[in-house]
Amino acid sequence: MILLWLLAVPAVGGALAWGAGAAHPHWSRWISIVVLSLDLLLALSLISPATSSSHPAWIASFERPWIPQLGISFELDLDGLSLVLILLTLALSLISVVISWTEITERVGLFHANLLWTTTGVIGVFLALDLFLFFFFWELMLVPMYFLIALWGHENRFYAAIKFFLFTQGSGLIMLVAILVLVFIHQHTTGHLTFDYLALLGTKMNSTTAFWLMLGFFIAFAVKLPAVPFHTWLPDAHTEAPTAGSVLLAGILLKTGAYGLLRFVVPLFPDAAHAFAPVAMTLAVIGILYGALLAFGQNDMKRLVAYSSISHMGFILLGVFAWNSLALDGVVVQMLAHGVSTGALFILVGALQERIHTRDMRFMGGLWASLPRLSAFGMFFAIASLGLPGLGNFIGEFLILLGSFHVSVIFTVFAAGGLVAAAAYSLLLVQRAFHGRVGSFPDGTRLFDLTTPHLVVMTVLTLSIVGLGLYPQPVFYQVAPGLSVLQRSGQASTGPRARVAEQPS
Amino acid sequence: MTTAAFRAFAPFTLLGVLTIVVMLLIAARRDHRFTALSTIIGLSLCCVVLFFSAPDSPVPVTPLFIVDGTALFYAGLVFGSALIVAIISYAYLASSGHPVCEEYYLLLLTATLGAAVLPESVNFASFFLGIEVLSISLLGLIAYASPRQGAAEAGTKYLVLSGAASAFLLFGMALIYAELGTMSFARIGVEAHTGDPADLYRLVGVAMILTGVGFKLSLVPFHMWTPDVYEGAPAPITAFIAVVSKIAVFSVILRYFNLAGNHADTSLRLGLSAVAILSMLGGNLLALLQNNVKRLLAYSSIAHLGYLLVGFLAADSLGNRAVAYYLAAYAVTTLGAFGIIALLSAPGKGRDADKIEDYRGLFHTQPFLAGALTLALLSLAGMPPTMGFIGKFYLVAAGVGGRLFWPVVALVVGSVIGLYYYLRVLVAMAMPVEHIPVRRTAVPLFGKAVIAALLVLLVTLGVYPAPAIALIRVTVGQG
Repeated sequence: MILLWLLAVPAVGGALAWGAGAAHPHWSRWISIVVLSLDLLLALSLISPATSSSHPAWIASFERPWIPQLGISFELDLDGLSLVLILLTLALSLISVVISWTEITERVGLFHANLLWTTTGVIGVFLALDLFLFFFFWELMLVPMYFLIALWGHENRFYAAIKFFLFTQGSGLIMLVAILVLVFIHQHTTGHLTFDYLALLGTKMNSTTAFWLMLGFFIAFAVKLPAVPFHTWLPDAHTEAPTAGSVLLAGILLKTGAYGLLRFVVPLFPDAAHAFAPVAMTLAVIGILYGALLAFGQNDMKRLVAYSSISHMGFILLGVFAWNSLALDGVVVQMLAHGVSTGALFILVGALQERIHTRDMRFMGGLWASLPRLSAFGMFFAIASLGLPGLGNFIGEFLILLGSFHVSVIFTVFAAGGLVAAAAYSLLLVQRAFHGRVGSFPDGTRLFDLTTPHLVVMTVLTLSIVGLGLYPQPVFYQVAPGLSVLQRSGQASTGPRARVAEQPS
Repeated sequence: MTTAAFRAFAPFTLLGVLTIVVMLLIAARRDHRFTALSTIIGLSLCCVVLFFSAPDSPVPVTPLFIVDGTALFYAGLVFGSALIVAIISYAYLASSGHPVCEEYYLLLLTATLGAAVLPESVNFASFFLGIEVLSISLLGLIAYASPRQGAAEAGTKYLVLSGAASAFLLFGMALIYAELGTMSFARIGVEAHTGDPADLYRLVGVAMILTGVGFKLSLVPFHMWTPDVYEGAPAPITAFIAVVSKIAVFSVILRYFNLAGNHADTSLRLGLSAVAILSMLGGNLLALLQNNVKRLLAYSSIAHLGYLLVGFLAADSLGNRAVAYYLAAYAVTTLGAFGIIALLSAPGKGRDADKIEDYRGLFHTQPFLAGALTLALLSLAGMPPTMGFIGKFYLVAAGVGGRLFWPVVALVVGSVIGLYYYLRVLVAMAMPVEHIPVRRTAVPLFGKAVIAALLVLLVTLGVYPAPAIALIRVTVGQG
């Protein structure tokens, strides 16, 4: 039942915030804060107290018939993986509300409604274990996100919003066809029509069919992740979205792609995924290097961060298809760390844009003197993003590389090159924006340092990335049972990965 | 005619009586409000009576009709849609200040009568009569109340092409009758089954019937009239053409194919698949080029009929149910979309609010209608939480279940293309307004209430479709 509340609270809250926006903009802001805090508390109450990895995999479940005629039920299940991602979602949504306080001044009620509904959709994606319900939420989260970009974005927002929508919707429909074929095959073999994920696990089919179905799912998630060559929507969407939109996109929506790969692609089609792994890992390595290279070449600060996201998400793709405990632990930490560090960078870029009305680094420079706090945080998160030991991103990338080393040395070597490239573009960002000669800021520049709300947000984010870097063990404990269930179902019947997966974490 | 048959046929008899009553009322007293009110009450009564004929079904009524679950379901859709069109028409005409508009309701009723007998038809005679009554009444409605540009053009175009379509239809029927000697759908099925399977006369006959029906359903390549007529007709009538006539014609061809066993003809299936793919792709691609919302929705309706053909081609119970749900979703959505256009239009001004620029900044000037149109467009695009989403899911399921590879691919590609132009309208509505639009029509409250009711239906059955699917299982599932 608590899972239903987890969904209902932000959904209803969104409607309330919309209504209250008509009375006074502040009301919808406060309602959003209260609603999200409440939801965060609900989610926190689900954390299992165990300090070892020996608690049951499913923490909570909720099931009601929904469309019984088609074998569809409203089935929500929560394991450690979902929980960790939901916590990240709610924390980042809460932060998005805070940092939009001064940035969003038009149609404030509708803005917060869309923000809360995006959150609802994402939480639904992380909870749904009925494939139809999953698809429902998958599509549902697009609509409010589209409006966030299209209504409150920057100069080229309509183009970016439509591109984002078309890419994700198109790939989503391919996944729908794959889901239906899977369901019909299952019905054909067992005589039972169901969209239940747990029932569909281990459906018998020939390897060609399995490969095509796996590809259908893979494309949907690879677009969302995004993996090269499906990444072209991301720089536009990130750049044109309002700050809160970028934070949600980078912090949360990209993670739904990673979650989908973990939860669905490999467990449902273990053998096909295993056969496909070299291709996926090649795409991952290309993504890591190509994203880093493009990030290096950007003048627009937001685009730089966006391309760095592509590079970081490449690591996640690599880790998922390495599919052993080390790599999967790394994937989880990388998701969290990337959400926090990239979210923080987007917030800082947004704050800079509020002050100097440009994101172009050619006009920046020497900001450290006038904006010491903003610049310090900027440097910290740039360094976090390049993977400095002691910070969260390092743990994620290191574990992923360690895990993939067991599977393929070549891919690991090339992927590790991405770390070097990350150092280059991150330091370049710091250098161009915060150091050097004082830039020629455009007219209307008002240089004032971070205000208290931003400071609080940045401090929280800093603490969490340091915590994740120094002591990630609680996260591992939370996700371990869930991941081991996934690993068992995702184990290919042949191949070396099966052996590696046996090793304890 | 037995008592059971009489009871079962009561809604349709009532509609016929109602038409005559309204005609006499107009003769007695010309009063717009009075005529509209009696039409609306009469149509609501027909909807209610429908429920009383349900227990007697299925029952044959003369050799021409059968009243069964399928027929009642589609007749219900026709009555309900006609009712909503009537209410919206009142709001639309009342704002026009047109002195004489009572006959409009009379034509609306005869058109509805023609549409309502089609789902029950099991014979060429009733098939043809229904289609002709529908088309001839529509002709009057399309050109009605016209300081509008293009009304006469639209009317003439419809007259000529609809006439040509009817000729094809009639010729096809004649060929089949000449070959098999019967006009009853079921007998045709039996004769065709026992006879030569590659019977050329029969196949040519069916192909000609499909050509005629293709015109009425505006499938590619018989779609050329659609955008012009949609644009030229008054907005409520556009809704009627887009919804009521499509539902009626689709239901009769569905029954014909099921009873006459035409799904077994591979060549026909091949041709229909091609028509479906062309409609999905062509409709969506051509819609990309439009700057007029009515034309845009016209092309989009071509694509939607193409989607429906996927369920039609699946030709099993899943396909039939998918078609039924999708038609219901399409009816609710399209009525909502055209209803909003009608409410925003002031027909006295010479044209409806149909340019995309007319919708610029609608979120600021008419937030409720803009929100409603957003939901309607999302439903047309097949996004949750609307009926369109479930409908599209159902159709894809039917297509996948029927192993229709290329039609399903076209459905997916078409949906993605479609999304683009629906979003264009959304973007226009969200644009900031530099100047307050010239035409800010006061929208009557009951008009908004109708739209609100449609929205509630759209979202409720989009989030919790089980009751609708249960109803479809009880009614359409039998046939």
